[in-house]
Amino acid sequence: MARKTPGLNTSSMSDISFLLLAFFLMVSNINSDMGIARKLPPPLPENVEPPEVRERNIFVVMVNKDDRLLFNTEYGRIEDLKERAKEFLGNPRNLAHMPEKEIKQIDLLGNIEVSKGVISLRNDRGTSYDMYLQVQNELTAAISEMRNELSTTRFGKQYADLNEQQRKAVEQAVPMAISEAEPTKIGGK
Amino acid sequence: MARFTGKKAKETPALNMGSMSDIIFMLLFFFMVITTMRESSLYVRIIPPQGTEVTKLEKKSLVSYINVGVPLQDQQKKYGTEPRIQLNDQISEVSDIISFVEQEREQRIEADRPFITTAIKADKAVRMGMVSDIKQELRKAGALKIFYNASKGTRK
Repeated sequence: MARKTPGLNTSSMSDISFLLLAFFLMVSNINSDMGIARKLPPPLPENVEPPEVRERNIFVVMVNKDDRLLFNTEYGRIEDLKERAKEFLGNPRNLAHMPEKEIKQIDLLGNIEVSKGVISLRNDRGTSYDMYLQVQNELTAAISEMRNELSTTRFGKQYADLNEQQRKAVEQAVPMAISEAEPTKIGGK
Repeated sequence: MARFTGKKAKETPALNMGSMSDIIFMLLFFFMVITTMRESSLYVRIIPPQGTEVTKLEKKSLVSYINVGVPLQDQQKKYGTEPRIQLNDQISEVSDIISFVEQEREQRIEADRPFITTAIKADKAVRMGMVSDIKQELRKAGALKIFYNASKGTRK
């Protein structure tokens, strides 16, 4: 005679399923949007000339329609862009052709040298969005590395771990100095 | 083999289906969570470029999206094969952006309006001319906070 199997106790099944549900809720990351945040400059009033910037304070990064790079006057590679940008903005040896520095009074940091350098990004209408984003990415990397360096020497913490006020101070000391020119019209539309 | 043939086949005990609903609900919840709500289906193909410095987009409710890319295969008859802009659920022109921004602004409460971000979701093959046109329109519309969508990549 077949032995009857005792009925399984399933009352805890729902508990297990809820446990699983909670687990997946915590583990799965909701398809989040990632990217690079930027601020556009407000539109210039009609008859106002854009402010003059001295030549030593500008680092020109040009991207042409074939996605090739030009740093000031020489060809460059995307791999070198981060180091070049850091060197330019930091100007560690106070070279004459590198940007001037201005002593500024910033809360929490006291008097600190702030570079007057501006990276001027110029692209062609035919530049691919991919390349443009790579350039933006490298410049972001340069600035965030400099911010990290400053915050580790002054606060002993990574930039991301700083509190609101400290972050503001570091942001002022290492500004996001990227200026974008209107694109040229050589290739593409 | 005679040992087995004489016997009656054992009956399998009935499965308890009581917890089936729990499991199904669990799956349901799971899929509800992982799928992102997309208000409109995309008509353009977008493969975002990769970056290493990407950050998360905060406050999704304050984001309006501008999609740029080549129309999908089945839409190409209607919209051509050149990159187009999609706002909400329709293919639009660059000149529609200002009214789109206005419209998005109307939908948010007063206090949130300064924090509205415009995310540009563009395909990596899109030319900068188009993106620059969009940026100029956004400047005119006063939507200055922008976000370039990119996926997380590793340094080459």
